[in-house]
Amino acid sequence: MKKKRFDLATLPERSAKGIDERFHASTPLRRMFNKVFPDHWSFMLGEIALYSFIVLLLTGTFLGLFFDPSMEEVKYDGVYTPLKGIEMSKAYESTLDISFEVRGGLIMRQMHHWAALLFMASIVVHMLRVFFTGAFRKPREANWMIGFLLFWLGFMEGLFGYSIPDDGLSGTGLRVINAITQSIPVIGSWAGFALFGGEFPGTVIIPRFYILHVLIFPAIILGLIAAHMGLLVKQKHTQWPGPGRTNKNVVGVRMFPGFAMKGGGFFMITFAVIAAMGGLFQINPIWLFGPYQASVISSASQPDWYVMFLDGIARLWPAWETRFELFGNGYTIPPIFWAAVVLPGVIVNIGLLYPFLEARFTKDKEQHHLLQRPRDTPVRTGLGMMALAFYLVLFASGGNDVIAQHFDISLNAMTWIGRIALLLAPPAAFWISYRIALGLQQHDREVLAHGVETGIIKRAPDGRFYEVHQPLGPVDDHGHGQLEYEGWVVPKKMNRIGALGPAIRGFFSPLEVEDKEARKGKAKELAGKK
Amino acid sequence: MTSSAEQPRRVPGKLRRRLGAAARMLAALALAGGVYAAIMPASQAEDAPKTLSARAQEGKALYDVSCISCHGTNAEGVKDRGPSLIGVGSAAVEFQVSSGRMPMAAQGAQAERKAVVPLFEDPKKIEALGQYIQEIGGGPQLPGEYGGGDPANGGRLFRVNCAQCHGYTAGGGALSSGKFAPPLDPANSAQLYGAMLTGPQNMPVFGDNQLTVKEKKDIIAYVEYMKNDMDPGGYGLGRIGPATEGIAIFVVGITLLVFTTLWIAGKS
Ligand code: HEC
Ligand code: HEC
Ligand code: HEM
Repeated sequence: MKKKRFDLATLPERSAKGIDERFHASTPLRRMFNKVFPDHWSFMLGEIALYSFIVLLLTGTFLGLFFDPSMEEVKYDGVYTPLKGIEMSKAYESTLDISFEVRGGLIMRQMHHWAALLFMASIVVHMLRVFFTGAFRKPREANWMIGFLLFWLGFMEGLFGYSIPDDGLSGTGLRVINAITQSIPVIGSWAGFALFGGEFPGTVIIPRFYILHVLIFPAIILGLIAAHMGLLVKQKHTQWPGPGRTNKNVVGVRMFPGFAMKGGGFFMITFAVIAAMGGLFQINPIWLFGPYQASVISSASQPDWYVMFLDGIARLWPAWETRFELFGNGYTIPPIFWAAVVLPGVIVNIGLLYPFLEARFTKDKEQHHLLQRPRDTPVRTGLGMMALAFYLVLFASGGNDVIAQHFDISLNAMTWIGRIALLLAPPAAFWISYRIALGLQQHDREVLAHGVETGIIKRAPDGRFYEVHQPLGPVDDHGHGQLEYEGWVVPKKMNRIGALGPAIRGFFSPLEVEDKEARKGKAKELAGKK
Repeated sequence: MTSSAEQPRRVPGKLRRRLGAAARMLAALALAGGVYAAIMPASQAEDAPKTLSARAQEGKALYDVSCISCHGTNAEGVKDRGPSLIGVGSAAVEFQVSSGRMPMAAQGAQAERKAVVPLFEDPKKIEALGQYIQEIGGGPQLPGEYGGGDPANGGRLFRVNCAQCHGYTAGGGALSSGKFAPPLDPANSAQLYGAMLTGPQNMPVFGDNQLTVKEKKDIIAYVEYMKNDMDPGGYGLGRIGPATEGIAIFVVGITLLVFTTLWIAGKS
C-alpha cells in the first residue's frame, strides 16, 4: 500500500478550507477579525474583569470538585491541630481539607478569592471610566445597565461564595442577611423563614447558597457578559476625539492579530497577578475563625470589600424605629430596613437609570461615539465624584472599628465622623471637582487663544517684560488663535508641537532630549519670529 | 476617662450601683462583675495577717516607693487616684506590673501595656510586691505553671469567651468610647492566665467557676499556638481580615494591572 505523504505545512490551510466549505465561516469571521479596537489604556480596565471572571470559573470548578456543601455535623480529624476533635459542618470541614490536604487546594482557594476581589474592583474601576468619559450615552445605555447589574450580581455571587464555607465569619454575614431580610415590613419574618427554611441558621441555607453560587449566578453573569460583549461589538467601541476621529469612524488596531495578541497577553498577566497574590498573600483564613456557632461573634468582623459599604450604612444609620398598625396588627420598621434595603434600592435605581436621567436634564437626543474628557463635563464629573465620596465614606465606615483600633480613635467618634462626613464630603467633592474641571478646561481654552508658553521673556523698548507665546495656529488681528475647542488634549509644551528637540516616550511622561544646543537654536528661531 | 465603674468591685454598697453603670456599657462586663460579687464575700472575710513575711516586707518597701501615691497606705486606695488593692491578690499585681500597666503613667481611657519600669525588671521584685498585697488582703493567685493545655478545646473556648472583644485572630478590637481590647501577641502565658483570673479594667473576670484551671490552660495553649503558627497562605496582611484584603486588591492587584494597561497601550 502506498503511504500518503503528510504535509504539515499545508495542514492549517487545508483544514481552514475544509471548515469554510462546510460552515461558510469566512465571511463573518473576516468581519470579526477586522473589527477595530481603539487603544487607550483606560479601555482595558473592563478586560481585567473579563479575565478575572475566567479565572473564577477555572478555580471555582477546581474547588467544586472537593467542596461539600453539606450541613451534616462531623468531628474534625484532619491535620490542623487547633481544630482537632471539634464539631463542625461538612461544608467547613471540606473547606479545611481543601486548604490543608488537597494538593494545591489552598492556592486555588486563595486565587479564587483574590480573583473575586479583583473582579469586583475592576468592575468598579471600569465603571468609573465609562461614567467619567460619558461612554454610557446613547446608544450605549443598555450596556451601561448590563454593566451596572453585573456589579450587583457579582456582589451577590461573592456574598454567596464567602458564606458557603460555614466558618465563623461567614456565619456572621449570614446572620446580617437574616436580619436584613426580617427587617422588611410585613413580609420580613416570612421571607426570613422562607430563605433559611425555618429559624436562623437552620441547615438549608448553605446548600441553597451553593447552588446559587456555582450554577445560577455564574450562568446569569456569563449570559450578561456575553450580551455586554455582543453589544460592544455591534455598537462598536467609543473613542477619544482627536485628529481623524469622528463620530462616524473607529481608529485603532484590528481584532486580529493586533488586538487578539494584546488581549491574550493581558489575560496572561492578569492570571499571573492573581496567581501571585494567591501564592503570596493569605486571604480568608477560615481555619482561624472556627466553625460557625450562633453564640460566637468576633470583634472587627467585616464582609468582603465590595459589601463593606452596606455594613457602613448599617453602622452609621441612627437607631430610628417606626411602628405602625395594619389590619389590626402592629408592625415595626427597624432602622436596618432604611439602611440596608431602602438606601441600596435607591442607589441601584439611580445608577441604572443615570444615562436616561442625564439625557433628560441635558435634552440630549443625539448618538454619541466620541468620548468626553471629565473636564469638559464639569457637572457630570462633579456628580460622579460626589457619588464616589459618598461610597468611600460608607466603605471606610464599614471598617470603622478597625480604623478606631489601629489609629487609636474612639469608636463612638468614628461613628460621628462617618455621619458628618457622609453629609459633608459629597457636596464638597462636587464643588472641588467642578472647580478643578472648569479650571483645566479654562487653561486649555487659554492656550488655544494665546498659544503655548515658550519660557522666553522679552523686554520691550519701553521697559515692559512679557513672555513670548507660540500660537498653535493662525491668529486673528488681536493675535488670538482661531482653533476651535475640540475637547481633546491641547499641547502645552514646546516639544509637543515640534518646536523643541523631540520627546522620547517615557513611562509616565515624555522625557525631553537633553540637547541644549538644539534647544537654544530653536528658541532663538522662535524668538526671532515673534 | 479611666473607667471608674469597675474599680471598686471590692467595695460592697457602691458596688452594685456602679455595676449598673458598667452593665449599660458592656453586657459581658456585667456578667463578670456579677460573678465577682458572688465570690467577693469570701475574699473580704479574710483578715489581713498581722505580721508580714520577709518577702512581703521587701514588697511593702517597693510598694511604698512606687504605688502608695495612688493606692494609698496599706493599699486602701485613694479617692480619684487609685482603687483599693485589698483582695485583688498577687495575680492582679503580677499581671499589672509585669505587663507595665502599673505603676500607671497617666490617666487615659485605659491603662495600657508598656515597658516594665526599670525598678521592676527583676521578676523577683514583682513577686515580692505580689506577696505583700496577698498577705494583707488575700485574693486570687497565679498557679505558676501553664503548660499541658489542649489547643483545640482552647480554641473553642477562646471563640466563645474572648473573640467578641479580642477578635478571632486575637489581634484586638475596639470597644466603646476609646476603650479597646488589646492584641494578645505580647502577653506571655502568666499574663494570659492573670488577665483571665483578674479581669483587668474593662475585661470580665473569668473565675475558676466560669473557666476551670484546665480550661484556662487550654486557652493559653491555643493562644500560644496561634502566636507561633506561621500563616500557611503566605503573608497574613496583619490577620485583620477583609479590611486589609480589600486594600491589598487595590494597592497591589489593580495598581499592577493599571500599569500593565499603560505599558501595553504605550507599546502601540
Ligand atoms: C498614677 C497612679 C497609680 C500608680 C502610681 C499605681 N497605680 Fe495601680 N492603679 C491605678 C488606677 C487608676 C487603677 C485602676 C485602673 C483601672 O482599672 O483602669 C489601678 C489598678 C491597679 C490594679 C488592679 C486592681 C484590680 O482591681 O484588679 C493593681 C493590681 C494595681 N493597680 C497595682 C499597682 C501597683 C503594684 C503599683 C505600684 C507598682 C501601682 N498600681 C501604681 C493607679 C495607679
Ligand atoms: C468584654 C471584652 C473582653 C473579653 C470578653 C475578654 N477580654 Fe481580655 N481584655 C479586654 C480589655 C478591655 C483588656 C485591656 C485591659 C487593660 O488594658 O488593662 C483586655 C486585656 C487582656 C489581656 C492583657 C493583654 C496585654 O496586653 O497584656 C489578656 C492576656 C487578655 N485580655 C486575655 C483574654 C482572654 C484569654 C479572654 C477570654 C477568656 C479575654 N481576654 C476576654 C477585654 C476583654
Ligand atoms: C463572579 C464569580 C464568582 C465570585 C465573585 C466568587 C466568589 C467566591 C468567594 C468570595 C468564595 C469564598 C472563598 C473562600 O473560601 O475564601 C467562593 C467560594 C467558592 N466558589 Fe466562587 N465565585 C465566583 C464564581 C464561582 C464559580 C463559577 C464556581 C464554580 C464553578 C465557584 C465555586 C466556588 C466554590 C466551590 C466555593 C467554596 C469552596 C471554598 O470556599 O473554598 N465560584 N467564591
